Amino acid sequence: MDIARIAALGIVAAILAVAVKRQSAEFALLISISASVLLLLILTPWLGQAVGILENIASLVNAASGAAYIGLILKIICVAYIAEFASQVCADAGESAIASKIELGGKVIIMVISAPIISGLVSLIAGIL
Amino acid sequence: MDIQVVFRIAAVGILVAVLNQVLQRAGREEQAMMTTLAGLVLVLFWVIQYISELFTTVQSVFKL
Repeated sequence: MDIARIAALGIVAAILAVAVKRQSAEFALLISISASVLLLLILTPWLGQAVGILENIASLVNAASGAAYIGLILKIICVAYIAEFASQVCADAGESAIASKIELGGKVIIMVISAPIISGLVSLIAGIL
Repeated sequence: MDIQVVFRIAAVGILVAVLNQVLQRAGREEQAMMTTLAGLVLVLFWVIQYISELFTTVQSVFKL
């Protein structure tokens, strides 16, 4: 029944944000930020279960290198999670330039984090050929 | 329940807006401006604490 709770919280927060927007746009933005933080906090236990599922799938594969990559994949998901949250908040505030910079930062960081995975893949392919 | 955070921020927002109108009608524009800024800083403080709590929770979920 979590989904009902999430939907209700989101709708109530949206209505509150619109109600306050006419008087002061800053508070509307602050309300939407706090509502999105609240919804993310509600989602984190579900996310923890998803991470657990991902890990025991990886342990089934029990490839030696596989375990190392799982840590990298989790880090990439975390970076994407936070970058998406921040860029959506900036886009919500109307600052699309800042939002795109945050997304660019997220992409670059993910690119750097996933470098070992890519090099592993390339060496694997080179080994086959 | 954790919706209190959103309601608290909305309450401060509405209170500051009303206070702003009252002070402007009373002819004290600068005090109106000050109360708006004070309300904004207070709420910003709460939101920043809340966001840092989110980031630590996310990091603990991803076991980083």
